[in-house]
Amino acid sequence: MSGRAYVFGDNVDTDLIVPGRFLTLSTPEELAGVCMAGLDAGFASRLRQGDVFVAGRNFGCGSSREHAPISIKAAGICCVIAVSFARIFYRNAINIGLPVLESKSAARSIREGDEIAVELQEGRIINLTQEETYTFTPFPGFIMDIIREGGLVNYLKNRSTDRGGN
Amino acid sequence: MGMTITEKILAAHAGTAKVEPGEIISVGLDVVLANDITAAVAIPELKKMGFTNVFDNTKVVFVMDHFVPNSDVKAAMQCKIGRDFARACKLEHFYDAGTMGIEHVLLPEKGLVLPGDVIIGGDSHTCTYGALGAFSTGVGSTDLAAGMARGQLWFKVPASIKFIYKGKLPVFVSGKDLILFTIGRIGVDGALYKAMEFTGEVVEELSVDSRFTMCNMAVEAGAKNGIIAPDKKIEGFVKNRARRPYRFFNSDPDALYEETYEFDISELEPQVAFPHLPSNTKNVSEADNILIDQVVIGSCTNGRMEDLRVAADILKGRKIHPYVRVIVIPATQDIYLQAIQEGLIEIFIQAGAAVSTPTCGPCFGGHMGVLAAGERCVSTTNRNFVGRMGHQTSEVYLAGPAVAAASALKGRIADPREVV
Ligand code: SF4
Repeated sequence: MSGRAYVFGDNVDTDLIVPGRFLTLSTPEELAGVCMAGLDAGFASRLRQGDVFVAGRNFGCGSSREHAPISIKAAGICCVIAVSFARIFYRNAINIGLPVLESKSAARSIREGDEIAVELQEGRIINLTQEETYTFTPFPGFIMDIIREGGLVNYLKNRSTDRGGN
Repeated sequence: MGMTITEKILAAHAGTAKVEPGEIISVGLDVVLANDITAAVAIPELKKMGFTNVFDNTKVVFVMDHFVPNSDVKAAMQCKIGRDFARACKLEHFYDAGTMGIEHVLLPEKGLVLPGDVIIGGDSHTCTYGALGAFSTGVGSTDLAAGMARGQLWFKVPASIKFIYKGKLPVFVSGKDLILFTIGRIGVDGALYKAMEFTGEVVEELSVDSRFTMCNMAVEAGAKNGIIAPDKKIEGFVKNRARRPYRFFNSDPDALYEETYEFDISELEPQVAFPHLPSNTKNVSEADNILIDQVVIGSCTNGRMEDLRVAADILKGRKIHPYVRVIVIPATQDIYLQAIQEGLIEIFIQAGAAVSTPTCGPCFGGHMGVLAAGERCVSTTNRNFVGRMGHQTSEVYLAGPAVAAASALKGRIADPREVV
């Protein structure tokens, strides 16, 4: 997967990603349109399928609203790269099949607009613009499966004899 | 090597004698909580997982509190998802307008969450119940759906950070000031993925209400849970509320902590977290003529009896600044009623405040006190992120009820010691 990078700072909170006033929306289709509306109401409309979010520390802090990763994924973002993630956001993102990658070197080096390719299995992030490669620890097998299958719900459905998966 | 209280509770619920930080375990859940916002996402997910019912209709608790009483048609439609499901599953503990309160104040009050429990909630401030000596943490809607369906969830055992508070609480300094001060010291990711364990002579002296306030904001430092060892005060709080057995756990003297912080708070001033992070904490005396438009006293952080009493003491017989709107929201119906009986509501109304039925309302910018562009609010809530209470250019200053009430009188951020 590959796309353009959008770069944010530290402590991007879930109120910024999906402000409280939009929390009466709950479907991915509706939520796609308000992605990052706390920053800029028109933000979502500029995103293209495959684009990448890059951020500093503690991305996704604040509310447990799963609306935040749902809106990011539904808006077409293929993965979020950050120095670190807030705990609930991290878990939510995996659960809905949005890859969240911890890579300090990538997060600190990538600039707004860089073309980024991500190889999830290999644990590689390639910056095509700056011609650099960064690494991250690849996900263990079952997390890769959850992501590949589009989230925990599908993962559990696909293993209906093994509902003990979570 | 001993275990911390967090590790002991998790081990007991995983059916094992010992757990260690970093270990991934599957634990049985005593309570699974959802609100109007997170239930609406979790219910379709639960159905997609192939379930039509919850694992136990006495252990899944629904509280309609965020957009309740419903603020518009969309909110009403969203709540209807939770209402219909609760009725279909015959949930024993379903709270809606008229009986509801803000979830994290309501559950302890009703005796639904107890010492030694493992609790998950589709709300980040589920960590509040750590004040009772429970392991309690917030999850998103997919985990919530899995928890509602199966009564089990996997966790990574968190490492613990110990906070020791020494000295004597100064006047007008409460649990809110302690936790704001602490987050100011360690930052909004200072306890990322960790358990925050609050200890020391000051915590032992703290009221149960103030302990809830402290654990409530553990997530604001990134923590998985906040926790306080239960004692006589907690026993007093739960004994007449509990309708099932509960268990006190304590950290072993040789338990392992990743870090230990020790604070002497005898000289601590009331604290204010400036926009736009809860860690942006200052002494109230450093607030230099910051004019305000609104004050909110309420929320799962500071909408309890102690908070209303502190605010009423300051507002009694005085008038709120003419250009400041004050909204007081008792967190539950029982608190509301108690405040009426104690005469607090009369004090608020005579001072010029609006008093509302319980709701999250303004805390998350939902309704009942949303801010316009450039407006400033002093709020006893827990988050002051950009746009949290309304317009993107509005500002929220977090404080305890004493600073909020004093600021309401002065029309600027004020030290309670100036007005009484
Ligand atoms: S009062 Fe505020 S922080 Fe507490 S549950 Fe409601 S919206 Fe969340």
